[in-house]
Amino acid sequence: MSTVFIALQANEETRPIIEAIEIDNPQAVVNRQPAMVKIDAPGRLVIRKSTIEEQLGREFDLQELHINLISLTGNVVEDDETLTLSWNS
Amino acid sequence: MDMKVAKKKLGLKEKYKLMTRDLGWDTTYQTKEDVFPYVGYEGIKIHDWEKWEDPFRLTMDAYWKYQAEKERKFYAIIDAHAQNNGHLNLTDARYLSALKIFLQAISPGEYAAHKGFARVGREFPGVGTQVACQMQAIDEIRHAQTQIHAMSNYNRYYNGFHAFADTRDRIWYTSVARSFFDDAMSAGPFEFMIAIGFSFEYVLTNLLFVPFMSGAAYNGDMATVTFGFSAQSDEARHMTLGLECIKFMLEQDPDNLPIVQNWIDKWFWRGFRVLGLVSTMMDYMLPKRVMSWREAWDIYGVENGGALFKDLARYGIKPPKGWDDAEKAIDHMSHQFMLGLYQWSFGTAFHSWIPSEDDMNWLSAKYPDTFDKYYRPRWKHIKKLADAGTPFKNYGLAKLCQCCQLPTVFTEPDDPTLTCHRESVYNGQKYHFCSDGCKNVFDNEPEKYVQAWLPMPQLFQEPINGDLGAWMEWVSLRDGKDNGDYAGSEDQQNFEAWRGLATTNQ
Ligand SMILES: [Fe+2]
Ligand SMILES: [Fe+2]
Ligand SMILES: [Zn+2]
Repeated sequence: MSTVFIALQANEETRPIIEAIEIDNPQAVVNRQPAMVKIDAPGRLVIRKSTIEEQLGREFDLQELHINLISLTGNVVEDDETLTLSWNS
Repeated sequence: MDMKVAKKKLGLKEKYKLMTRDLGWDTTYQTKEDVFPYVGYEGIKIHDWEKWEDPFRLTMDAYWKYQAEKERKFYAIIDAHAQNNGHLNLTDARYLSALKIFLQAISPGEYAAHKGFARVGREFPGVGTQVACQMQAIDEIRHAQTQIHAMSNYNRYYNGFHAFADTRDRIWYTSVARSFFDDAMSAGPFEFMIAIGFSFEYVLTNLLFVPFMSGAAYNGDMATVTFGFSAQSDEARHMTLGLECIKFMLEQDPDNLPIVQNWIDKWFWRGFRVLGLVSTMMDYMLPKRVMSWREAWDIYGVENGGALFKDLARYGIKPPKGWDDAEKAIDHMSHQFMLGLYQWSFGTAFHSWIPSEDDMNWLSAKYPDTFDKYYRPRWKHIKKLADAGTPFKNYGLAKLCQCCQLPTVFTEPDDPTLTCHRESVYNGQKYHFCSDGCKNVFDNEPEKYVQAWLPMPQLFQEPINGDLGAWMEWVSLRDGKDNGDYAGSEDQQNFEAWRGLATTNQ
């Protein structure tokens, strides 16, 4: 199965977001590189607003992700609650 | 006009519809064809523009809010960098060569992308497409501006940064990137989207920005990390736009498939040649290296690009024609190109150098099948000449590829000891190429590429007329300052002196 990934800047704002992604995607592998964190997952990765809010302790608009986003792959599907990356193959 | 803001917070989908699709209108006193005259001639058939989806559903109000936030973060760090002599935190001033190439070859590409998206945003009829292209046009001019601004801090202290616009237009090694963007900007709107949105953003940009910015972080360059990541935060949106555009074309009409495939073949190869520059930055120019060009290719080319083409196979798309040749070139290209840059270093507005023993050991560990066999002996020979006081300089003029405009320094895909040359004859004239990939591009559109401006023939034209000094002046290259070996350069002397002052009480 193809790998999808999301890469975020490594900073205070993304720490709880990365923790939330780990909680929601147990199969994901977190790679810490200089100044950035790249999270790989087989086939599919889900980012959930509610989990981020629990980690963060405040309301979070998923579009805030854009501020610290570095890169991603896969087909993107976003609504108010989730952002999903996936490959169809 | 006052906008009534709804009390209840709108859902993402409703808000997107309201603030994007509902901004469009149908024309009444002009035909659609007259208003959007460029959308048909490439042969792409679109039946329903409403089917265009922006998966992020970003609306202009949210766009401005988040972009403003990015700018605040960016300038906070740029100011701190300037206020705290950030340039002295670099591992070594050799690092600046990578930055100079970036400023001379890549940042002007950001500006070109801006112009291109401003144009295609006007040429596409769909409202969703127009809004997405408009945002990207603004992003790309932001990238050009923030990059130039960040690197202007280095221009106060170091050589080679002062004339990037002339360098972009006139010098030889930047023309691979310049011709890439000129080619894209002079294409139709759909081809432009494949060139920039798909090939450059989706397939190649990760290879350019991600390892390069990590490299900047490794080498103590906070300013570049910041502009890099600030720009890159927009790229996820650009990549997604590129991918959506390709899926949209393929879903709209089966007749679009061969046209799209042909563009993918072309633009993959064009982009791959631009990456030649990046490969030298990663393998040779970062004093502290983050990963080799080969390792970056395995992650972002093979794994990521491979996944993408597997995904697109459901539409009948095949991996780009040059894919296998690219794979064969990966373990050779940075060495071949760097040897070229070094032997013509009297004509580069950055410094190069002979890799140290340590550097060469790193290269042989990263390239176990190629470096010791083909490239270490050549560097050793060059070192021997330099030590004997007779450094190797190649004053012969390189043969340039009519398509990618690089000197034909690359080898046959299956024989790394034989330089690759291809030629085509068109209207009685002979044209030269560096590879099958570049020859194929030319053969498909010879009328376009016979018009290409090439840096070497320019040497014999006005106002240069074959004079090297006149050429240097024309490209704004200051002999003895901007060019040549790093060892003994002003950059090296100044960096060491200033850093000495910063770390002692002298
Ligand atoms: Fe950009
Ligand atoms: Fe971009
Ligand atoms: Zn070529």
